[in-house]
Amino acid sequence: MDLTPKQSIPAAESTRFPDEVLERVLTLLKSPKDRNAVSLVCKDWYTADSWSRRHVFIGNCYSVSPEIVARRFPRIRSVTLKGKPRFSDFNLVPDNWGADVHSWLLVFASGSPFLEELRLKRMRVTDGSLEFLALNFPNFRALSLLSCDGFSTSGLATVATHCKNLIELDIQENGIEDLSGEWLSCFPDNFSTLEVLNFSNLITDVNTEVLERLVSRCRSLKVLKLNRSSSLDCLHRLLTSAPQLTELGVGSFSQELTPQQHAELKHAFGFCKNLTVLSGFWDATALNLSAVYPACSGLSFLNLSYTALQSQELASLLPHCPCLRRLWVLDSVGDRGLEAVGANCPSLEEIRVFPTDPFDEDMLHTVTESGIVAVSQGCPKLHYILYFCRQMTNAAVATVVRNCPDFTHFRLCIMNPGQPDHTTNQPMDEAFGAVVKTCKKLKRLSISGLLTDLTFKYIGEYAKNLEALSVAFAGSSDLGMQYVMEGCSKLKKLEIRDCPFGNAALLSGLERYESMRSLWMSACNVTVDGCKALARQMPRLNVEVMKEEGSDDCKADKVYVYRTVAGPRRDAPPSVLTFSSL
Amino acid sequence: MEGGVAYEQGLNLKATELTLGLPGTGETEGQGGVRNNNKRPMPTSETNEEESQALAQIVGWPPIRSYRKNSLQENGMYVKVSMDGAPYLRKIDLKVYRGYPELLKALEAMFKFAAGVYSEREGYKGSEYVPTYEDKDGDWMLVGDVPWDMFMSSCKRLRIMKGSEARGLGCGV
Repeated sequence: MDLTPKQSIPAAESTRFPDEVLERVLTLLKSPKDRNAVSLVCKDWYTADSWSRRHVFIGNCYSVSPEIVARRFPRIRSVTLKGKPRFSDFNLVPDNWGADVHSWLLVFASGSPFLEELRLKRMRVTDGSLEFLALNFPNFRALSLLSCDGFSTSGLATVATHCKNLIELDIQENGIEDLSGEWLSCFPDNFSTLEVLNFSNLITDVNTEVLERLVSRCRSLKVLKLNRSSSLDCLHRLLTSAPQLTELGVGSFSQELTPQQHAELKHAFGFCKNLTVLSGFWDATALNLSAVYPACSGLSFLNLSYTALQSQELASLLPHCPCLRRLWVLDSVGDRGLEAVGANCPSLEEIRVFPTDPFDEDMLHTVTESGIVAVSQGCPKLHYILYFCRQMTNAAVATVVRNCPDFTHFRLCIMNPGQPDHTTNQPMDEAFGAVVKTCKKLKRLSISGLLTDLTFKYIGEYAKNLEALSVAFAGSSDLGMQYVMEGCSKLKKLEIRDCPFGNAALLSGLERYESMRSLWMSACNVTVDGCKALARQMPRLNVEVMKEEGSDDCKADKVYVYRTVAGPRRDAPPSVLTFSSL
Repeated sequence: MEGGVAYEQGLNLKATELTLGLPGTGETEGQGGVRNNNKRPMPTSETNEEESQALAQIVGWPPIRSYRKNSLQENGMYVKVSMDGAPYLRKIDLKVYRGYPELLKALEAMFKFAAGVYSEREGYKGSEYVPTYEDKDGDWMLVGDVPWDMFMSSCKRLRIMKGSEARGLGCGV
């Protein structure tokens, strides 16, 4: 409509919100999905959303450029960025692959220097970038680095030195070069704003006096996760000065305590009435573990996945945690330990069982199908499972989902590739068939064991809400992948390794890839020609092939396909070939 | 066994260069592959070693983050080393070594001995010293029989045997 103020139509004008009101209303919408929907209503709403958007979540850093983001959201305060494909966690992606955060920081520094929060996952972050961050964003207050690499403790030191308003420093599971614990001493003496401090990732000792002084200054500290070298004496003092903590990482918990010391530690835990999350425990002994009992009555998440606990030790601990909703353990607890879980944790919603010795063939140190069934029997609210095991049966999985039909995340890893049901010698097709038929809310699925195309037929036919699928050593032909591409309309992430899927399978997803975040295929039967064909037909996809040394020219060893509005990336290393329609 | 082979072909294992035999098919009935063969300090059967080596050599499998793998290995990395006849023990950090050759060189330097030449079939030949280790189950094994990764996670202590006791262990039947 071509309106000038003179020709304005009163009726239309009076129904328009002033921009300020619209922006104020939109600020109340927090979820990125809602915001995205709002921005599509009309140009005014798009503009209002752009000016009022404070947080942006970018699931694939290459799907968009920092310039585009900064231009669209000039007042952004908080950015979450994810970089490398998930399989980089398992060493399948070369070190120099990319996902460097620096170009993002440069753009934000010139356009949105009011950035306050940065959360990065699987990105490359150098000390130079951390220093740049610390020096160029005066309001910066929250840094979270998960599974990143490229930086050292020196980078952390610059953040501690210069970020005067820091409230969150969360360093988790990174490939960090750990030079010294000096970084902690870089916080100024009058610095007191910290609310979250997680340095469990680090190995080198920090100065305990510095730590204790810091914790006692920071009255708003809610989350404190110590590293492995933290002693129990130090922990005791910290608990006494910070009983307000809601999340605690206790360190290795391995020191030998006198009965007196044990009683004092237990007493200190008794003061921590607000604890909901406990983690750490790298080398915890059974005796020491009992010191935490007084703090467990309100516990909702217990992470014991670094402690090789035995079944009896877990069985003694669990009755003290009646409100437990999430539990992570090692398979050292055995089926008996999982029976204790089923018997003591009626509110349990999530369980993750990790392997103590991934390469140890000995069946004694593991869990079986009985364990997972026992948990499902006692925990009807279960909706998230990650289970590493060495044997499974179709019947057991069917029982599990019958007991717990509300699974949203079902991740089963039978560790020997291509292993059948150990009682019937049949493929595990019916197990996953039961999962997708029963669990209507299923969003994430990881499959394993001996699997034919039938599994994929079931997935395509029944898993209508599936968003993420992870496949390894499965399937018999291209049909497998085709079933999934045709049937799973909500699919966002697909990762495939070591499956007999070729170019026909790859191209069957033509219609699907633009509505997905990404596709990963490695050690399959896709060729470079197939990738070129895909790229030619889909200009808004980046089709990247990682070549391995010594492989045939025509083989596409690792394929990574993702939608993007930023075109082919310019920072790919020589081993990554990008195909585009150009 | 037949079923296993058919599925092997469907999986196109040659293309991915796996040499797995499926546990639970063929060799052992029912049990899903509890094999105690590799617990005796004798060279293991071909298939078992292939399987365990294959599993340890598939890149990125099982899908466990390196951070977690390294953390768990922190648990047993310092092990005591004794040598028959030596007055006191030593302690070494297994994490420091990248494989058996490096470890053996370090042991030889530490205790001033020569270990002889290792072969799967005959163990250590050409020396009265034989490097052995105690694993998680309390069994005494010959150093070098299992893949390095498995050794790192199962070795509880090392003992360099000498003399007649050494000859009875891992030097052929």
